[in-house]
Amino acid sequence: MILATLQHLGQRGMQVFERLGRASILLSRILGGIHTLVPRFSLFIHQIHSVGVLSLVIIVVSGVFVGMVLGLQGYNTLVDFGAEESLGVVVSLSLVRELGPVVSALLFAGRAGSALTAEIGLMKATEQLSAMEMMAVDPVHRVLAPRFFAGLFSMPLLAAIFSAVGVLGGFFVGVGLLGVDDGAYWSQMQAKVDFYDDIMNGVIKSIAFGWVVTWIAVFEGYDAVPTSEGVSRATTRTVVYSSLAVLGLDFILTALMFGD
Amino acid sequence: MTTRTTEIWVGIFVAAGLASLFMLAMKVSNLSAFSGDEGYTIYARFEDASGLKVRSPVTMGGVRIGRVTDIRFDPQQLVAMVTMRIEKQYDTLPVDSSASIYTAGLLGEKYIGLEPGAGGGCEDADLEAELEAELGGGGPADAGAGEDAGDCQSGYLKEGSVIKLTQDSLVLEKLIGQFVSQFLTSKEEGGGDAAPQGGAQ
Repeated sequence: MILATLQHLGQRGMQVFERLGRASILLSRILGGIHTLVPRFSLFIHQIHSVGVLSLVIIVVSGVFVGMVLGLQGYNTLVDFGAEESLGVVVSLSLVRELGPVVSALLFAGRAGSALTAEIGLMKATEQLSAMEMMAVDPVHRVLAPRFFAGLFSMPLLAAIFSAVGVLGGFFVGVGLLGVDDGAYWSQMQAKVDFYDDIMNGVIKSIAFGWVVTWIAVFEGYDAVPTSEGVSRATTRTVVYSSLAVLGLDFILTALMFGD
Repeated sequence: MTTRTTEIWVGIFVAAGLASLFMLAMKVSNLSAFSGDEGYTIYARFEDASGLKVRSPVTMGGVRIGRVTDIRFDPQQLVAMVTMRIEKQYDTLPVDSSASIYTAGLLGEKYIGLEPGAGGGCEDADLEAELEAELGGGGPADAGAGEDAGDCQSGYLKEGSVIKLTQDSLVLEKLIGQFVSQFLTSKEEGGGDAAPQGGAQ
């Protein structure tokens, strides 16, 4: 009984390492296929469309609402101290440093990551990937690489759009509805937010998140059990793993960037 | 969807992303207000620079003219050495300006306030030198006057200048400590009779 449990645990442990190894090998193959992006540039453009452009609506709408909520909550707290002029700082710093990259990465995982996994998993289940291999076309270069690099490219743009739209949403609530001074909102923001320390670190964060989310999505699709149940499980795993990875990585990156 | 529409949408997406980054850089952050290297560096020594941080503002007349770029301990003089970067367009600050560390609001952040000196201009420095010469100060004073006259070629703070007159930051604990000790001593002096009574009880 105990022996069987131990054996099971060991097997699961080995499986984790096996999957991690397969994922890393796949990543190196994708990165090795970066030169194949140039002759297939239109594929890359199409993937940016399906990964980035189609995520735009959800990113913009949630950005506006997150910014508006930050404006409301921040105002209610700051007004007690007579510091409602600092509302712009609160809204912009929380968006640029944390919420912009993290929330857009979570939305991106749900909207684009799951779609990537399902698409690639179905291609595998219907043996399209095997067919490509038969025609001496490497599916890693033809299917996976454009999707991976499109995700990597789209994520920082989406996070920047999220933050910018959120700052405008906070402006709308704070200045438009609650009567914070217009000039103070922007000038305090400009005085406190640093381009390199805050905004560039946010961009670096979003690139890291885009990397992790698309890597997990592409791998889960490529590694899915080629049945309808396997694809559905792989899609679930993509969303769960990439959300956890984003949150964990966010802690590490925050500790590195703003820890001192 | 045709390739052309896809491409147009991707173009719009990329343009929107770049525009957002541009807006974050220009409208949200301080990139537009103070672009990196344009400026000159001045130094000031404070006995107590507590609360001051790198990137704290340097103001004159309430207007921000630069930022603190470095704060380090000077092991020779046992004081804090604060490096400030002043924006290029403010190149007419008198040499005898003084620097003080103030607090914005009651609990706000610390910043450096520069105040222009009494003279500072070239004529004034000359006048001072003349005055000192007339008064016939000692040898060291003469040397100082000569130095002043030499500095007067440009009576303004420039790259590498050191502000001599500084006032330290107010530390709340120190103030309270002073207040309490003063209060106690005054009580002891004033209530000379009361103290033994208290002891007797």
